[in-house]
Amino acid sequence: MKTRHKRLILVLTGLTLLGLGAWLVLSAFEKNLVFFFTPSQVVAGQAPHNRSFRIGGMVEKGSLQRQADGVTVSFWVTDTVQRVRVHYRGMLPDLFKEGKGVVAQGKLGPNSTFAAEEVLAKHDENYMPPEAAYALTKGQEIKAKTGTAPVTAASKDVK
Amino acid sequence: MIPELGNLALMLALCLAGVQATLPIVGTFQNNARWMALAGSAAAGQCLFVVLAFASLMASFIQNDFSVAYVAANSNSLLPVFFRIAGVWGGHEGSLLLWTLMLALWTLAVVLLSRQLPRATLARILGVMGWISIGFLVFMLFTSNPFERTLPGPVDGRDLNPLLQDLGMIVHPPLLYMGYVGFSVAFAFSIAALISGELDATWARWSRPWTLVAWMFLTLGIFCGSFWAYYELGWGGWWFWDAVENASFMPWLLGTALIHSLAVTEKRGSFKSWTVLLAILTFSLSLLGTFLVRSGVLTSVHAFATDPRRGFYILIFLAIVTGGSLALYAWRAPKIGLGGQFSLFSREALLLVNNVLLVVAAGTILLGTLYPLFLDALNLGKISVGPPYFEAVFVPLMIPLLLLTAVGPFLAWKNDSIQAVLGRLRWLALGAAVVAALALLVFKTSVMVAVGVTLALWILFATLWQVVQRLWHAPAGTSLRQRISRQPRSYWGMVMAHAGIGIFVVGVTLVKGMESAQDASLHVGQSVTLGAYEFTFSALKKIQGPNYIAARGTFEVRRGADSVATLHPEKRFYTVQKMPMTEAAIDRGFTRDLYVSIGEAAPDGAWLVRVQHKPFVSWIWAGCLAIALGGALAASDRRYRMGARQRAAASPPISSPVHSFV
Repeated sequence: MKTRHKRLILVLTGLTLLGLGAWLVLSAFEKNLVFFFTPSQVVAGQAPHNRSFRIGGMVEKGSLQRQADGVTVSFWVTDTVQRVRVHYRGMLPDLFKEGKGVVAQGKLGPNSTFAAEEVLAKHDENYMPPEAAYALTKGQEIKAKTGTAPVTAASKDVK
Repeated sequence: MIPELGNLALMLALCLAGVQATLPIVGTFQNNARWMALAGSAAAGQCLFVVLAFASLMASFIQNDFSVAYVAANSNSLLPVFFRIAGVWGGHEGSLLLWTLMLALWTLAVVLLSRQLPRATLARILGVMGWISIGFLVFMLFTSNPFERTLPGPVDGRDLNPLLQDLGMIVHPPLLYMGYVGFSVAFAFSIAALISGELDATWARWSRPWTLVAWMFLTLGIFCGSFWAYYELGWGGWWFWDAVENASFMPWLLGTALIHSLAVTEKRGSFKSWTVLLAILTFSLSLLGTFLVRSGVLTSVHAFATDPRRGFYILIFLAIVTGGSLALYAWRAPKIGLGGQFSLFSREALLLVNNVLLVVAAGTILLGTLYPLFLDALNLGKISVGPPYFEAVFVPLMIPLLLLTAVGPFLAWKNDSIQAVLGRLRWLALGAAVVAALALLVFKTSVMVAVGVTLALWILFATLWQVVQRLWHAPAGTSLRQRISRQPRSYWGMVMAHAGIGIFVVGVTLVKGMESAQDASLHVGQSVTLGAYEFTFSALKKIQGPNYIAARGTFEVRRGADSVATLHPEKRFYTVQKMPMTEAAIDRGFTRDLYVSIGEAAPDGAWLVRVQHKPFVSWIWAGCLAIALGGALAASDRRYRMGARQRAAASPPISSPVHSFV
């Protein structure tokens, strides 16, 4: 085999592998990208059905409820404008607290409740998950437009 | 007083770094031996001052000098002394100082161990490392000085993040940084080669041990982080495809490609430009890792300090290092040349495939890690890319790689025939097929588990078979001991690392495919069953730690009538940071781990408990350690330690094709 042919084959192999990589990336992106929605967007029906997404905001004070089995919990996630009921089965993260920021990943269930597969909270006392902070800021913007006074408890948490 | 001393030491180190970065390189162009010789002394002096600065910061931590802002932010008088020491690298500023210290130590090691290098080469290498050092020292002095004071200081510190108060914090960052920074040596060697335009087998032999040692440290660092996350974060995961983990994994993948490509450059003189490019990319990704973790763009345990100015500086620094060296590469690489020829079916060709797969894998991870950041920066919406993406792209790329890991060592350099290799491997291939069929048909495992186990055994047995053949073909009349010690250490390094990959794959496959977990709400005295195990919550008591209070549960684990273990998970509350923490309890075993963690208590006194059965987790750790040990063995090979005189005698003969090694 001539050197030129050999090089051609090598280059083609390389390109094939690169192409394979690109194809894997694109198809995996299409299936597994997880988009983020604020409670207002979810209530407005912008969030997808039958597909995982993330929702974030603040755990509404006094909304945490435990079912009789002691393992399943539910709570409201709010951006101070709208709120969505979240159900979750399992252990909540250490820093999960009412009145603090939270991000949950899961799917929309019946009656517009959110069935979470994963609940993420912040890593330390001073730190807010950026997505939760973003949802609250958006909530403030909506309020500013509609002329309602912002809720102070929430604005304290947003940097 | 001590912090000021540290600050002064940093400034002096910067001055010496300036000398180290300029005069020796200028000296190489003017052939000025004195200026070139300055590199060594400047590097040694710089190292001394950086060590002094580091010691000053450590002293401030030990003495609880809370007037130093950084100490106040990361320590507390109640914190045990060894965590105060680890607190030195508990935040952004100290981590940078640790980075710089590692760089200074690596530079000193180059000075001490590379006396046989030609003077000009050494001067160039040290010069390049001097520039990197300048970058970090300037960054530290101007944007993130660890010695900054707040006067009057607070009475007590804000304490170290409870997640970081662990033995893992003492060893994980230094090991990881040793790895990251170690690649700067390979990088400096490459830049030096580009500047001079000389790159031959001797060059590869010089830079190989450095790269191997850096890679070994990075392996250990990643292993420690994973091991730590497994028991500390409390939910039993060991790899989350978190951006910070990816940041350390990408340089590891490229570093792995680099050590294989260097082997080809040394043995066969091929892949020259490619090796240089890999060295540049590996170090760039190490810098990117530092940038991702420390700039605060990432939101995780690791990004404590968020200051965009710092991120911006590192971004510029990264652009200069990567952009500059790639430009130099584009300009000078043609001078280095491509190197020797090889056929399409040869060990070189297979190693090329290995390299391409590793680089593509690193690329897909890079894309998945950076894409959400780009979208967010451009205000195009918030998305997250989680484990499903990474698993979907990474696993298909690794399957062929693992398949070839076993085959590679059976191939001859330069040229080999497919029939001959098939002949060498036919029984192994048959065995692998039988294993796969057994797994699927008899044990009814999932396809992924069958594939994983088959690949792992394929690698393990092929490696073993290769060793047996090698030892068999030794001259007659030699004892087994002699036969083993006659093989070079780099060969045993390869064997060990490949076997480690096999062990690792067993662990990953079985824990991913067969783990089980159960959440339950338990009162004291109640129990929960998971598979064959019964966990009884037998007692709960309150305990007082140095800087926390905790509820400590006692769980009796039984399997049928046998008592298996007694576990003590805790729920801690750190009083200074007002932060709750789950301390899981693990019963480790050869074939399985039992993992218990407790959540919170309900008002009626029931505790939320999570019990997990994790098969073969220990194999993951054992595999990582074997891989790292392989790196250490290979790096300690005799031929890297031979003096200059032997090397000068002659370039080594190309060893016989079939039994030469990587």
